[in-house]
Amino acid sequence: MTRIQYSVTDMANKHGRSREALLPILQDIYQAKHVISDEDMVNVARELDISAAHVYGTATFYSFLETQQSGKYIIRLCKTITCMMHGKNPVLQELERILKIKPGQTTPDGLFTLKETNCLGQCHKGPAMLVNDNPHTQLTPESVREIIDSYRREALSY
Amino acid sequence: MIKNLKRLDLIFKNEQDTEAILEKTLARSNEEIVNDLIDSGLKGRGGAGFPTGLKWRLAADDPADEKYIICNADEGEPGTFKDREILSSVPNKVLAGMAVCARIIGSKQGFIYLRNEYKFLVPGLEIVISEFHELMDRLNLEFRVAIFMGSGAYICGEESALFESMEGKRGEPRNKPPYPTNFGYKGKPTVINNVETLAHTYSIFKYGPDKFRDLGIKDSRGSKVFSVSGDTPIPGIYELEFGMTLQKFVDDFGDGDSKAVQVGGASGFCVPRKKFEKTIIGYQGKLTGVSLPTGGSMMIFNSSRSMYNVLRNYLDFFVEESCGQCTPCRVGTQQLLLGIEAVKRGEKPSGYLDKLLELAETMRLTAKCGLGQSVANSFSSIVENFREEMIY
Ligand SMILES: Cc1cc2nc3c(=O)[nH]c(=O)nc-3n(C[C@H](O)[C@H](O)[C@H](O)COP(=O)(O)O)c2cc1C
Ligand code: SF4
Ligand code: FES
Repeated sequence: MTRIQYSVTDMANKHGRSREALLPILQDIYQAKHVISDEDMVNVARELDISAAHVYGTATFYSFLETQQSGKYIIRLCKTITCMMHGKNPVLQELERILKIKPGQTTPDGLFTLKETNCLGQCHKGPAMLVNDNPHTQLTPESVREIIDSYRREALSY
Repeated sequence: MIKNLKRLDLIFKNEQDTEAILEKTLARSNEEIVNDLIDSGLKGRGGAGFPTGLKWRLAADDPADEKYIICNADEGEPGTFKDREILSSVPNKVLAGMAVCARIIGSKQGFIYLRNEYKFLVPGLEIVISEFHELMDRLNLEFRVAIFMGSGAYICGEESALFESMEGKRGEPRNKPPYPTNFGYKGKPTVINNVETLAHTYSIFKYGPDKFRDLGIKDSRGSKVFSVSGDTPIPGIYELEFGMTLQKFVDDFGDGDSKAVQVGGASGFCVPRKKFEKTIIGYQGKLTGVSLPTGGSMMIFNSSRSMYNVLRNYLDFFVEESCGQCTPCRVGTQQLLLGIEAVKRGEKPSGYLDKLLELAETMRLTAKCGLGQSVANSFSSIVENFREEMIY
């Protein structure tokens, strides 16, 4: 509790306490924890002196902010037309198979969350996905296996 | 390969002369610079096609002392990826355009509104921006640029929704008027331009308005950066002379079996093969034939593709991305999607498609912003041209 309170204050110190700081602060919280909790929203509201309902309204509008816990690695696979045409479905099936989850779910070890998303602006190299901020393109069922493995290894090495 | 069309290298040419070009440009009067932009015929490359010089003049004429300039890098239209490439390879040109605009309108603060999907560009951009700030100091310009990250919402590319989101609110479009040049970010006069528009201003400062105006056709001057994807052997980003026919485009980029091209993304128009020859890619003007404005998204479909699947995919996109603020769009997008699915399954007669076409036209007239208004573009053009594919 005190730790989170402290970090929200930190973020308000960094971004300022005007209303324009709201999105940057929420983005920082989400980046750090992959969730924006009720408690965070109340704390942000207090720091910026706005209503918690307002913070909630903003936090829930955007697809890159969430009030539910996501895994350490958030996979966003593009489901828009060009990626569809170039083999997004077999890639999705392979991701579902190796992670044993469906879109919208998180692996029980908390490592991966799988999501489908709209055009990532990589259409000429589709199928494409983001893992956290990193784009991966020209995906095949084989290449996603390697990509997931490399993130698994990265997680283990911490 | 590119045989029919004129390929250009104005935007992406790596030029290391930002400082000299800025010095040369800023030595001239604001009026002279704006007149050059107007003479060049440059219109906004974000989709709407408003004359850039005029936009800057409108903001300059507002007496407010706090003003903003925003580079719109939200690039969310399906099939568009050119702004990403411009920002990663020639960000100095975009920043130079912002600096000149800042001097003209009297702004001290600019922003690049960058979609979250492009966050991987931030480290590179931050380096370029800090060098840019040193350059601003050398030129005695009191102007700073910051990056503002979007958070995953297509609607935030719409200018007034973008301001709302920067102000810490839900990305819901405002009523217009008032327009951004008088009432933009924080209610202050704001120039908002697409990434590519700003990069073009740099070419105009450097080479003068004539070189730009000599390219293209009436009402659609200069070059345009296209994002080409779909059934093409050469997907990618191409700077081409504006005003080509779609036939020439398909001859260069198609795979020999092109049945349709979606021009301008999900919110653009679908053109079937039989209309390739008559269709010109440019802004609406007094041309013979049809001309289509475009943010630069060109998606090519060959005869193996189901246009029903294409339309379903677009509608799915609109259902998710509608901000939900107004009823025609919130309910309309859902009804269109449910409607074509019902026709496809045979639960509704084919005549139901006409009802759906009417609904799409009603949305064009009654939706609050460009998102809801433009759903009819792809819906009507796909349903009218590929009606059998919707039914069987
Ligand atoms: C739903 C919607 C999404 C838009 N998305 C973008 C976008 O991603 N990038 C952009 O530059 N303009 C976008 N626009 C257009 C902007 O509202 C605005 O017209 C443009 O940024 C102005 O710049 P320009 O004059 O240089 O074209 C969008 C418009 C609508 C209605
Ligand atoms: S048209 Fe759609 S996106 Fe635009 S304001 Fe209405 S609901 Fe929102
Ligand atoms: S369609 Fe997948 S990145 Fe654009």
